[in-house]
Amino acid sequence: MSLNKEAELLRDIPLFRNISPAKLKLLAFTSERLWHDDEQFLFKEGDDGDAAYIILSGTAVVSIESNSGSQEVARLKKGGVVGEISILCDVPRTATVQAQDSLTTLRITKDTFFHLITEFPEISIEIMRELAFRLDETNKQLREALNRK
Amino acid sequence: MEKTLFKFIWRYSKRDQIILLVMTALSFPFLYFSLDLPKIIINKAISGKNIPSEIFGVPIDQIEYLLVLSLAFLLLVCINGGFKFYVNVFRGQLGERMLRRLRFDLLARVLRFPLPQFRRVSQGEVIQMVTAEVEPLGGFVGDSVALPAFQGGTLITILIFMFVQDWMLGLAAIALYPIQGYIIPKLQWHVNQLGKARVQNVRRLSEKIGESVSGIEELHANDGARRVLATFTERLGTIYDIRYEIFQRKFFIKFVNNFIAQLTPFFFYSIGGYLVIKGDLTFGALVAILAAYKDLSAPWKELLTYYQRLADSKIKYDQVIEQFDPPGILPENAQFAELEADFSLAGTISANNLSVLDDEGQPVIESLSFQSEKSEQVAIVGPSSGGKDLAAILLARLLIPDGGQIKVADKMTLELPQAATGRRMAYVGPSAFVFNSSLKENILLGAMHQPMEVGAEEDLSSEEKKRNFRNAELSGNSLDDLEANWLDYKAIGSDSDSGLREKLLDLLKIVDLDDDTYALGLRGTINPLENKELAENILSARKALQERLKQPEISEAVELFDKEKFNNNASVAENLLFGTPVGDNFVIEKIAENEYVRETLRLVELENEFVRVGRDVASTMVELFADLPSDHEYFSQYSFIAGDDLPDFQILLGRAERLGLDSMEQEDRDRFLALPFMLIPARHRLGLITDEIKARILKARQEFASNIPDSLRGSIEFYSEEKYNGSASLQDNILFGKIASDKADSSEQVGNLISEVIESENIRPIVVEVGLGFQVGLAGSKLSAAQRQKVSLARALIRSPDVLILNEATSALDSGSQSKVIKNIMEATKGKNLLWVLQRVGLADVFDRVLVMSGGRVIETGSFKELESQPDSTLNNLLRDE
Repeated sequence: MSLNKEAELLRDIPLFRNISPAKLKLLAFTSERLWHDDEQFLFKEGDDGDAAYIILSGTAVVSIESNSGSQEVARLKKGGVVGEISILCDVPRTATVQAQDSLTTLRITKDTFFHLITEFPEISIEIMRELAFRLDETNKQLREALNRK
Repeated sequence: MEKTLFKFIWRYSKRDQIILLVMTALSFPFLYFSLDLPKIIINKAISGKNIPSEIFGVPIDQIEYLLVLSLAFLLLVCINGGFKFYVNVFRGQLGERMLRRLRFDLLARVLRFPLPQFRRVSQGEVIQMVTAEVEPLGGFVGDSVALPAFQGGTLITILIFMFVQDWMLGLAAIALYPIQGYIIPKLQWHVNQLGKARVQNVRRLSEKIGESVSGIEELHANDGARRVLATFTERLGTIYDIRYEIFQRKFFIKFVNNFIAQLTPFFFYSIGGYLVIKGDLTFGALVAILAAYKDLSAPWKELLTYYQRLADSKIKYDQVIEQFDPPGILPENAQFAELEADFSLAGTISANNLSVLDDEGQPVIESLSFQSEKSEQVAIVGPSSGGKDLAAILLARLLIPDGGQIKVADKMTLELPQAATGRRMAYVGPSAFVFNSSLKENILLGAMHQPMEVGAEEDLSSEEKKRNFRNAELSGNSLDDLEANWLDYKAIGSDSDSGLREKLLDLLKIVDLDDDTYALGLRGTINPLENKELAENILSARKALQERLKQPEISEAVELFDKEKFNNNASVAENLLFGTPVGDNFVIEKIAENEYVRETLRLVELENEFVRVGRDVASTMVELFADLPSDHEYFSQYSFIAGDDLPDFQILLGRAERLGLDSMEQEDRDRFLALPFMLIPARHRLGLITDEIKARILKARQEFASNIPDSLRGSIEFYSEEKYNGSASLQDNILFGKIASDKADSSEQVGNLISEVIESENIRPIVVEVGLGFQVGLAGSKLSAAQRQKVSLARALIRSPDVLILNEATSALDSGSQSKVIKNIMEATKGKNLLWVLQRVGLADVFDRVLVMSGGRVIETGSFKELESQPDSTLNNLLRDE
């Protein structure tokens, strides 16, 4: 997959959907493309987070630790993003992610991401918009959950 | 140091000056004859009067007589020239020797300065004084006695000659000398004053330069450049003014001299001419006098210049000496005195009533007294202004107290030579200094005090060495042989190189530097011809690694070098060369300029292809980076094109669009051509290096290796499965491939794998040893502050001192490493006296006893537990503040 394809893929991700193609290409170029062995951990719950991973192909299995052991909560495919919270703020990883089906990802480090934002502040506005949108969604869900009670 | 320049000259060059004087005196009769001869030639031989009929019994005629005299004249010219040559060479050598002595003396004094002196004299000033200011003194020393003697003698010889010819003319020739003798010194006095001012101002300038270089970080961080430049301007301006005035005055003196010198011929023509007309003087005599007068002006001028130089040199000498004779300078014997073989400082340490005053005379240490029993490990803590650091410096005798006494093992340390305090004691301060050499040499410095094989006969076998030794002796320099073995094996506690090796490895562990050194070793290179065994070991590690890489879960973390395959994790340049560049010819930045590389590209028809790929790289870079400021860090991290060059490439791309790549100027094409070499396909993913191009690069690789001309053969070391590559690092040699940059966690996996292999092959100690050869850079700039402190600690520990004094010597270490190192050092110095000034009180709990210092004295002492159990103890207060 070449740089152009990676940039196109980034465009399909909600967090980046309003960012111009040229900037996405720069983001792709300054990020690493990695492939993972099956079963290899991308990160584990509780680790310090320093990068987000965008899935280019294969599957990422997300699981969380519970009293009854590790429990799978999601499977993400092409275009999925894991670990994006930790490039925005310093929180430990909230879940464990493992590779499957020859996973390849684009690894965006916190530094890269912040450089991009510092250089092109318009990106941060887009991201703020997206985050606000998510917050609104969460609020809605919370309200529904409370109403149900 | 001799108080005046002439005392210095006389003391050290008496013999040579006398030889010079004798040589000079011997030359005068010849000089006199060479002056007299022309007269005889003209008056007798040419005019044909009074020709002797025979010389030494051989009858001659006029022509023969003329020839004989002319030949005699030629002979005299030769003899005079010979004298001059000999005297000049002798004088030059003498001057150089004395300059060498003076510089050495000054440097030796710098090493004996009391430390507070370095607050007053800057590095810049010292360098300026020792290198530049004394330089002219060397030339002067050679001339100091001989020149006035020679020129004065010449002058007198000529004058005598003139007086013999005619006393009136002789008188005329010197009539104006008294006037010159009166005026010139008056004028010169002003020049001297200006000379002094100039020296001082140049020093101030050097001081400022030194300061700016040392403080360059602060200047950049505070945008202080303009102000510094203004300071420079002001100082340069002052120097300019002074120099300009000196020139004016000097040339005025010259003008006066010249004028007076031109006045004298006036007397010759008028009075001399009158005498010839009257017949009182022969025409030949007048010609000879005129010729002699011409000769007279040269020595007279020389004498006047000498006078100026003398004044100048005296000033320089006085001004330099003044700076190098500070009060409290260590006596010479304190630096060179030797110890008895069984000298030891193991015992009780007691400080009595120590006091130290600051520059304003205020006490900073006041009646400081304490004791430390033999083999006690004591921590000194307290607020940072409480004088604890001074206490350490005093104990190490780096500062001489203004009052009080320090006794170690019943010896007054203030009276001991440096050999005692610098060998049986050790001190490490917070600003650990590391010298520009290898890690190992920096550590061994702690046990290199004097050459161990003194003056062994075979050591002086080579002619060159003998000569150097003799010259050093004649200049009063150090006679220690730098190439001798300086290492004090006894102090280290081992008598062999293998013992030393173990000791070093041990020390690295104690100061927690072994992992770092190991990492440095992996990055280091060795010469396989000198380290055959190590190279063999590394090769077997390579085999072992490749064996392990066969396991499927790790196999793809490394892309091994294969002669027949393109390596996607290596740059295009590396793929083409398939080897490590040696020297500049094939380094990646300049590889495109290399004619042989270009030839190879043409051979496989890649040149045009590379220009095209280069254009595509450039266009992608312009697209990606055009909006970034040109100094953005992305350019150095990711771009193939420097930020400043990006606009150029924009223009080039436009030109390529208009003209087509083939019709572009060669120069423009070359800029594109250089870009593809840097591409690493797996990392950069630009999709520009197609399989077709890869195949052709492989072909180029073969052509490159098989046709390489002999002249370039040494510029590259080709990769070979079976051979150690002396130009590549140990790690690269073990790896023999590239870490797959597109495989998650590959570097970590490979790093672990290499460690495993190194452990299993038992070569870790050797790798650490290679790491010890790491060159640390200027003032250890290639090491971190923590690493520098660790090196200093190892340096102090290597000679197992009886007393170890550490002054916040682990302050740059992170806290985990710090407690580990403290524990290790306490363990290693068990049974010795240890005094440790700690930055944080919390670290003191492991020590036998704690001294709490405040206000320049000890205010609490006891075990950590005791002090901690008293709720209102200062220790507790300090602990609470931490």
